[in-house]
Amino acid sequence: MSDVCIVGVGIHPFGRTDGMSGVDQGVFAMREALKDAGIEWPDIQFAYGSSDAAGNPDTMVDQLGLTGVQFINVRNGCAAGGSALFSAQMAIKSGEYDLGVAIGFDKHPRGAFDAKPSEYNLPEWYGDAGYMVTTQFFAMKIMRYMQLNGISRTTLGRVAEKAFRNGALAPHAWRREPVPLDVILDGPMVSDPYSKFMFCSPGEGGVALILASEKKARELGKPLVRLKAATMRTRPPGSFEVFAPSIDVERGGSATKIASRDAFAMAGIGPEDIALAQLQDTEAGAEIMHMAENGFCADGEQERWLAEGRTDIGGRLPVNTDGGCLACGEPIGASGLRQVYENVVQLRGDAGARQVPGSPRTAYSHVYGAPGVSAVTILEI
Amino acid sequence: MRPIADGLFTAEHPPRLIGGRAKVGGRIVFPCPDNDRFEPVPLQREGTLWSYTIQRFRPKSPPYAGPEAFRPWAIGYVELPGETIVEARLANVDFTDIKIGMPLRLTQVALDPDASDPVAIPAFEPAGEAA
Repeated sequence: MSDVCIVGVGIHPFGRTDGMSGVDQGVFAMREALKDAGIEWPDIQFAYGSSDAAGNPDTMVDQLGLTGVQFINVRNGCAAGGSALFSAQMAIKSGEYDLGVAIGFDKHPRGAFDAKPSEYNLPEWYGDAGYMVTTQFFAMKIMRYMQLNGISRTTLGRVAEKAFRNGALAPHAWRREPVPLDVILDGPMVSDPYSKFMFCSPGEGGVALILASEKKARELGKPLVRLKAATMRTRPPGSFEVFAPSIDVERGGSATKIASRDAFAMAGIGPEDIALAQLQDTEAGAEIMHMAENGFCADGEQERWLAEGRTDIGGRLPVNTDGGCLACGEPIGASGLRQVYENVVQLRGDAGARQVPGSPRTAYSHVYGAPGVSAVTILEI
Repeated sequence: MRPIADGLFTAEHPPRLIGGRAKVGGRIVFPCPDNDRFEPVPLQREGTLWSYTIQRFRPKSPPYAGPEAFRPWAIGYVELPGETIVEARLANVDFTDIKIGMPLRLTQVALDPDASDPVAIPAFEPAGEAA
């Protein structure tokens, strides 16, 4: 079976773009990706499109051209983008197609995500009591993790500080201003231990990734960025997920651990072989926990890693080189694809001021979210 | 105070929380699901704090039905050993005194203390000599 290669990438800057729908931002990203690959829309044989709150992705054929292309819409919680990418690579691996696209976009209203108990099979009183609040859950998750593993609040602050520092160097990021550590730590509290600078916001944006068989990629003459693994997994017993009135005394693993383990097995490499990683950082502690869940360090080692700058762009394992969700915001349908976009740009050596030094050859991406889903990719050049 | 919903508390005094025990496998959850795969089981009244946070902003309404005038409140997960870990308010404790592992006991708090006919939600307060 030939490798699947990413031959074109495009992005619409993340953040807020008034007067432009989510679909419009997807179309923008698509045109950028086509240009990057040196092909035209009629060359595209199939598309998988993800959007959570901005309408059906296949409606973009109105603007791109009615070529009769196979276009499948994907909704899969926070793993929507990863699921679109997984499906797209399967279409090529199967031998059915040799050139297609995974595209994702979104446009969420301002403020926290709206959640209703009935959508989560929960009783109404749970919402009445004020528990349908994602930030509350994430705060309790990290509070426990910090206590068990000796992680300080300063380390959470360092994650956010790095995110804004990297975001300032990424043209597609939303937050483009560095924020000093003391401002982050002393910022208005949202849910202890998190200040407002330690949470990302729902936002807008679009990303398109054009995938090709290795044979087709060689014809196009692009650098061969190989998708060595793409996995999407759901939660095991005893995981700890958002909106849970009770959790099991016997604690278990996580969707992330399974997705990561299986991706490394598929790629035939280990965490020590990865040159840079994009890890889900909807809040600062998520990046901390995901460093360990994805196998990059042991629980508790993050304290030293952050203090020593090991996850900085010049560090041993740069993490979230474009500022991640903290600096880019989280348009659900596009967020996972943004990570892969950033990895492709880094592996090609095109990341400008935020370029990871030393010609990185491998890059890792990871999303996690409700309702206990995770998607991982590993790229190699 | 009347409870915020039926089926959360036992009718005894003081009440206990009503969990659900899976008929297959025996897993215990809270609240008791409204289906025939679970049977109601009263949960123990004492446990220890598993994790917590302080809710510093007023949650969106709907669904939040608490008072308009918002004061931050503490919320946690409380481990009832051998049973389950339940999410509930933390009551009668200063935010700065909250510690993971502290012993707690079931109580109730009013969702809106100023309401003329307030509803009660599950809460836990420090157990032992302090209470």
